[in-house]
Amino acid sequence: MGLSTRTQKLIIPYLFLLPALGLFLIFLVYPLLKGLQISFYHWSIMPTKPSTFVGLENYLHAFQDPIVGVAFRNTLVYTLVTVPGQMILAMLAALLIHNITRGKVFFRTLYYIPVITSWVIVSLLFRYLFQSPEGLINYFLVNVFHVVAEPVAWLQQASTAMIPIIGLGIWKGVGWSMIIYLAALTTIPKELGEAASIDGAGAWQRFWRITLPLIGPTVVFTLVMLLIGGFNVFISVYLITNGGPMQQTEVMLSYMYHQAFDFIDFGYGAALSFLMAIFIVTASVLQMKYLRRPEEIY
Amino acid sequence: MHTARSILRQIPIYAVLILGAVVMVFPFLWMVSSAFKPHLYVIQYPPQLIPSDPSLENFIQAWGANNFQLYFRNSAFVAVTSTLFSVLFSSMAAYAFARFKFPGKEVIFYTLLLVLMVPNMVAIIPQFFLMKFLGLRNSLIGLILIYTATGLSLSIFLLRGFFEQLPHELEEAVLIDGGGYFTIFSRIILPLSTPALATVSIFSFMGFWDEFVMALTFIDDPAKRTLPIAIALFQGQHGTQWGLVFAASLIALVPVFVFFLSLQRYFVGGLTTGAFKG
Repeated sequence: MGLSTRTQKLIIPYLFLLPALGLFLIFLVYPLLKGLQISFYHWSIMPTKPSTFVGLENYLHAFQDPIVGVAFRNTLVYTLVTVPGQMILAMLAALLIHNITRGKVFFRTLYYIPVITSWVIVSLLFRYLFQSPEGLINYFLVNVFHVVAEPVAWLQQASTAMIPIIGLGIWKGVGWSMIIYLAALTTIPKELGEAASIDGAGAWQRFWRITLPLIGPTVVFTLVMLLIGGFNVFISVYLITNGGPMQQTEVMLSYMYHQAFDFIDFGYGAALSFLMAIFIVTASVLQMKYLRRPEEIY
Repeated sequence: MHTARSILRQIPIYAVLILGAVVMVFPFLWMVSSAFKPHLYVIQYPPQLIPSDPSLENFIQAWGANNFQLYFRNSAFVAVTSTLFSVLFSSMAAYAFARFKFPGKEVIFYTLLLVLMVPNMVAIIPQFFLMKFLGLRNSLIGLILIYTATGLSLSIFLLRGFFEQLPHELEEAVLIDGGGYFTIFSRIILPLSTPALATVSIFSFMGFWDEFVMALTFIDDPAKRTLPIAIALFQGQHGTQWGLVFAASLIALVPVFVFFLSLQRYFVGGLTTGAFKG
C-alpha cells in the first residue's frame, strides 16, 4: 500500500463508520427532517392533488384538539405512575435478592421473564386477564377476595381502562431496572455497609446514606430511560383498548397513529409526532443536565 | 459463614420474594394453562389452573393454521439477519469512535445519542413514504434495513464504552508486525469483546423478533407478515379462541427464551463491565 500511516489513520475511521452512518442517515435522519417538513403541510398522498403549505396550522390545531388534551394527560399519568412504580419495586427486589444467600439466579430469572416477553403477547394476555365478566382478575376480586360484588367492566369504561395498561407497564418493566440495580449493587464494597452497621446505622439509614448515593448514577440512568419509555407507550394501548372507549384512553402515539393511518391526516400526525419528540428530548436533556452530568451517568 | 440464625433472619425476605415471584409468573402460568385447554370459548367457573383434560390441540391447530410456519420463518429471517448486520455495523462504528480521532467525531456521536432519545415512532410517517418510494413496502429486505438502522445507536453507545476499556498494547503489537486496522478489529477487538457483543446481540435480537409497529405499518402482503403481526391478527380472526392465541404466542416465545438463556451468562457481566460503570 502506498498510503502513509497518517493518511490511513485519517481515512480508516470513516470506512468503519460508513455502513452504520449510511443506514442511519437514510432511514432515521432523513425521515426525521422530512417529517418536520410534512408537519407544515396539508399533506396529500394523491399524485393529482398537490400538498399545501399551511405553516403552523397543524400545531395550532393540536393545542385546540380536546383529544390531544386527553392523550397528553393519559401519557403523563401513565409515565408518572409506571416510572416510580417500576423503580421502587425494582429497587426493593434488587436489595432483597442481593441480600439472600441462596436462589439469587432463580429469583433474578423469574423477575426478568416479563422483560423478555414481547409487548404484543403480554398485551393480549392482560386483555384476557382483565376481560369482563369472565376474566381471571374479576374472578379473584369477586369470588376469592370478595373485594367487589359485581365484575368490573375494566376495558369498557374510561375510568378503569387505563388500569390494566398501567399495571402491565409496571409488571413488565420491574425486571429490567432490577437487573441493572443488581449489577450496580455488586460494585459496592461490603465493608462500607458493615462499618456503618457497627457505628449503629439501621438498614434504612444505610440505604439512604451509603447505597443510594453510590449507585446514584445508575438510578438516574434508569430514570431517564424509563421516562423515555413511558412517553413512548403505544403497543399496549393499541392492543388492549385501541384508545377506546370513546378515545378516552388514547395516548400521544396512539392518537398520532390513528390520525395518520386511519384518518390519513399525515400533516397533523407529523405535527403530533414532533410535539411529542420536542417534549421528550427537552425532558431528557433537562434531567441529564440537572440531575447528574452525562459523563458521570455512563 | 452462614449461621442458622442468619438463614432464619432471611425467612421474611424469602417470603416477600416468593410473593413477588408469584405475581410475575402467575399470568404466564395462566397463559400456559389456557393454551392447553381445548374449547376455551366455553367459560369455566371456577377457573381451572390445571386443565382437567389437557390437550395439544391448540398447538397443533396454531402451527398448522393461517401460514403460521411462514410467519415464523419470516420473523426468524428478519430478526437473525438484522441482528448480524446491526452488531457488525455498530461494532465497526464503535471501534472508530473508541480508537480514532477524526473531524466530526463528536458531532456524529451526539447526533446518534440525540436520535436515541427521539421515540422511534416519531419518524413512522415519513419512513412509510420512504419505504414506498424505495419500493421496500411489503419487503422483508426493507424491514431488515430499517431494523438494522434503528438498532445502531444503542449498540454503538454500549460497545464504544466497552472497547475503550480494552488494553491498547496488543493493537500496537499488530501494527509493528505490519498488520492493519482491519486485522486489529477482527482479530483483537471482536474476540476480546464477546460479553459485550453477546449483550448487544440479545438486546438486538429480542427487539427485532418482537418489533410490531414498523411491521404493522410497512407490511400489507399477508405472505410477508412477521409473528407479532400474525399473533395480533390471530386474536382478531379467532375472536374468543384464546387457547389458540396463547398456543401461538408460546411457540413465538421459544426462540427468545432459547436465545436469552444460552447467552445470559454473558449478560450481567456485559452490563457491569461495559455500559454501567456505576
